[in-house]
Amino acid sequence: MKNYYQPEIETMSREDMIKLQNEKLVKQVKHVYDHVPYYRERMDAKGVKPEDIKGIDDLHKLPFLCKDDLRDAYPYGLLAVPLSDCVRIQSTSGTTGKRVVAFYTQHDIDLWEECCARAIVAAGGTKDDVCQVCYGYGLFTGGPGLNGGSHKVGCLTLPMSSGNTDRQIQFMMDLGATILCCTPSYAAYIGESLRDAGYKPEDNKLRAGIFGAEPWTEEMRKDIERLLGIKAYDIYGLTETSGPGVSFECEEQTGMHICEDHFYPEIIDPDTGEVLPDGSEGELVFTSLDKEAFPLLRYRTRDICVLSREKCSCGRTLVKMSKPRGRTDDMLIIRGVNVFPSQIETVLMERGYSSNYLIIVDRVNNTDTFDINVEMLPEQFSDTVRVITQRERELTDALRTMLGITAKVHLVAPKSIQRSEGKAVRVLDKRKLH
Amino acid sequence: MYIRQISVFVENKGGELAQITDFLYKHNVNLRALSIADTAEFGILRIIVENPEETLSLLKNEGFTCTITDMIAVQMKDEPGSMAKIIRALADNNIFVEYAYAFPTEQKGHAILIFRVDNNAAAEYVLASTSFELKGSEILNS
Repeated sequence: MKNYYQPEIETMSREDMIKLQNEKLVKQVKHVYDHVPYYRERMDAKGVKPEDIKGIDDLHKLPFLCKDDLRDAYPYGLLAVPLSDCVRIQSTSGTTGKRVVAFYTQHDIDLWEECCARAIVAAGGTKDDVCQVCYGYGLFTGGPGLNGGSHKVGCLTLPMSSGNTDRQIQFMMDLGATILCCTPSYAAYIGESLRDAGYKPEDNKLRAGIFGAEPWTEEMRKDIERLLGIKAYDIYGLTETSGPGVSFECEEQTGMHICEDHFYPEIIDPDTGEVLPDGSEGELVFTSLDKEAFPLLRYRTRDICVLSREKCSCGRTLVKMSKPRGRTDDMLIIRGVNVFPSQIETVLMERGYSSNYLIIVDRVNNTDTFDINVEMLPEQFSDTVRVITQRERELTDALRTMLGITAKVHLVAPKSIQRSEGKAVRVLDKRKLH
Repeated sequence: MYIRQISVFVENKGGELAQITDFLYKHNVNLRALSIADTAEFGILRIIVENPEETLSLLKNEGFTCTITDMIAVQMKDEPGSMAKIIRALADNNIFVEYAYAFPTEQKGHAILIFRVDNNAAAEYVLASTSFELKGSEILNS
C-alpha cells in the first residue's frame, strides 16, 4: 500500500486534474466576483468578467494580488462570506509590516487539514504514529495546521507548541514520539539538546520530521537527519493561502508536491509579471480553487522557485515546486546587492560550520556594514590565533564568491548565538531605512 | 616529552575573562604559567595547570570552548642569549614558532620556556641535539 492520504487526487491523471481545476476555477472566480467588491473593482478596471474565465488557460487575464493589497484590505476587505459563516482566523506574525488576517469556514479548515494530512502520510505517517507538534499554536498556522492533519490521519497527537525544550524532550522520550513537526531550526536545536543530554540518535523512536515555515538548505537537512536519526521532509505553505500543507515532500525529497486541486500555481517573471513555462525560475503565484472565506486569485507569494511536472517515483502526479531559494521578504539589499540568508547558510554548512549564525547589517556614514557572526563547533577552536583567523578568512572568501560582496566574518563561541523556539532570527538589520 | 596546555576561547565582551578565572578559582585550580593572546575580535587564554585533563573536562562541562595541546618546554639559564640559542636552532631547521612564553623555576637562575611549534617531533629532535633540557609535567611538581 502506497503512502497516500487521498490517492484519487494525489495520483490523478493530468487530464482529469486540469478538468477538475477548470471546473473549480470558474466557480471560485464567480464566488469572488460576486462577494468581494475589492476584486470586482479590480476585475472591472481590467475589463474582465467572470464569464471570461472558462478555465486555467484564462487565468492570465486576472490581475495579481500582492501582500500590500492584503494589508490594505485588513481586516475584512477580502472576506467572501458573511462573518457568521467563519469559524476561525489565523494571522501572520506581522514582523514585516501590518498583519495579514486570514478567515476560514469549516470547509476551509477541513481542506487545509487534509492538505496537512497528505503531508504526514507522505512522510510515512499512519494512525499508529505518535506525532509531536512543536510548531507554535495560536495565530501562527504551523501548530493548528499540523495538529489538524495529525488528527485526520489518526495519529496520537502531542500538541506541544513551541518552547520548553526540556519538556519537549521528556515527552518525546517518554511517549515515544515517531514524527516531529516544527521549524527546521528548532528541530536542529532539539537535536543538539538531545545530544548534549547524552542521547544518541538511535535512543529516540522518531522516524520522520515534517519541517517548514522558514527557508532551510540541503545541508541543514543532512544535519537534522543525522542528529535525530530520521528522514526530514519539507513542508510549505503561507497563512494567506491557508497555512502549511500547500505543498509537501514525498520520500524522494526532490521537491514539494503542490496540492494543486486546491491551490493552482504559476511561475512569473517578478519584474514583468509574464507567466513563465515549467522549469523556469521565477516568483510563485497561487490561485485558490475552492476556498470559501478567504479566496485568493493570483496571489504573489514573493517566493522564488521552479515548477516541475516530471514523473515522481512516489506515484504522485501533483506538480512539484523546488525549495524556495528564499522569500523576497527575507532578501536583504546590502550595498545594492541582493543577499538571501539561505545562500549564507549553504556556504556555512558546506564548510562544516553550524547553521547558527547572525547577520548584522548597519549603515555607517552612508555605507552599509555587513557582519556575520558564526558559531564555531567545539572542534573548530584552536589554541593559535593563526588558525582561527585563517578560518575566518576562508569563510569570508567563500561568501564573497557566493554573494558578490564582502562580509566581515566573526567566529564566536559555540552556543553563544541565541536559539529560537519558532522561526530562527538570522538577521539584525539596524539600518533605519523606513 | 611534552607539557600539556589548556587554551580557552575568550569572546571580546566585558567580563568574559573574569568568568573563566572565577570558575578556575572556584575549583581551586592553580595557574602555574599563562599567556593571553589578543586580537581585535577575541582572545585565547592559555594556561599550564597541574591536572590538565581534569581541568579541561571541568571547563568543557561548564560550556567553555577549550582545547588541550602538547607544548615543548625547555629549561634554560636565566641569562641573555638563552632564548636566542633555542630559537636559532629551530629556525635553522625550518621549525616555525607559533607562540611562546616563559616562567622562572624554583631552581635559582633557571627559567622554563614553553612554546608551540608547527611540528613537535621535529622540534624535539632538534633540541635533543643541543645542550638544552626538555621538560615534562614534572616541572610543575618542584
